[in-house]
Amino acid sequence: MDNARIDRIIDKHQGEASSLIQVLLEIQSENHWLPKEALERVSEKLQVPLTRIRHIATFYKTFSLIPKGRHEIHVCTGSSCHVRGATRLLDTVQDLIGIRPGETSSDLRFSLETGNCLGCCALGPEIVVDGKHHSKIAPDNVEDVLKDYD
Amino acid sequence: MSEILLQIDGREVEARKGMTILEAAQSAGIFIPTLCHHEKLEAYGACRICTVEVEARGRKNLVAACVYPVEQNLVVRTRSEKIDRIRKMILELLLAHAPDAFALQDLAKEYGADKDRFEKEASFCIHCGLCVRYCAEVKKKNAVGFVDRGTRREISFIPEIASKECWNCKECFPLCPTEALQAAFVLTKALFSP
Repeated sequence: MDNARIDRIIDKHQGEASSLIQVLLEIQSENHWLPKEALERVSEKLQVPLTRIRHIATFYKTFSLIPKGRHEIHVCTGSSCHVRGATRLLDTVQDLIGIRPGETSSDLRFSLETGNCLGCCALGPEIVVDGKHHSKIAPDNVEDVLKDYD
Repeated sequence: MSEILLQIDGREVEARKGMTILEAAQSAGIFIPTLCHHEKLEAYGACRICTVEVEARGRKNLVAACVYPVEQNLVVRTRSEKIDRIRKMILELLLAHAPDAFALQDLAKEYGADKDRFEKEASFCIHCGLCVRYCAEVKKKNAVGFVDRGTRREISFIPEIASKECWNCKECFPLCPTEALQAAFVLTKALFSP
């Protein structure tokens, strides 16, 4: 992520130190993770100490200090999805993209996370890719869902 | 001018508006134990070892003396069975993290805390924040800060700043009640300069 893009985001918030979390959120959503250089740039421009930025960036789960893939897959493992076979679904996803929850594929295509109830219990088992819910997914049609994301 | 009269352990104590119970007690020579308090730093209220019982308008309440402002006619008790029990519990929990810290051992003797009560989780840091706040507020270098949260929360130096500033300062070392800080610094140094 180059400095021009970071500066554009910071300028949008008038360089206010109080907008720190908003700035970090926007960098996170554009870049999928927060590189060290980006944090240093933000620290310099907003006049917020790096210790404070690191404190915030490690506190909230939204932020990632390690590279994340272009597409974020969440497999629901909440109770409802679990009884409808979320474990098998998760196994299939892991086999297809070759990573476990919390990891990112080496081509930076996917990151995988589990979630305990993603909110659509009646439509389970479900997976959420980049915020889009795919409901009533059987292990057999996971591949169809994921092939649209590259 | 705006003198406030309050009672601490049965004694009449005079205080100025804006003082905390801890400051009022100290000015009257009454001892309240503290771990995260430092006179040069903003009150933090992290360790809760300074918990005292206050009574105002007939209601009793437990508060942290280092952050609670004095009020007219406040009745404060710095020792009671209840307070001692609370401090003992806090100490036992802190001792699970730093069983060998002298500051904690001295207090443990006073309150009869058993350092083996809880399973050891020797992180050595009790999250008093003294080093973090001293570096930020007094030295204004921000070389050390907290990272992560909950049970994984820990102090961490920023190597780029630490390598420039810490070598000649190290003023936070003696502040640490457990010597965990020094260990964190040594680790940072080892990782950063092979």
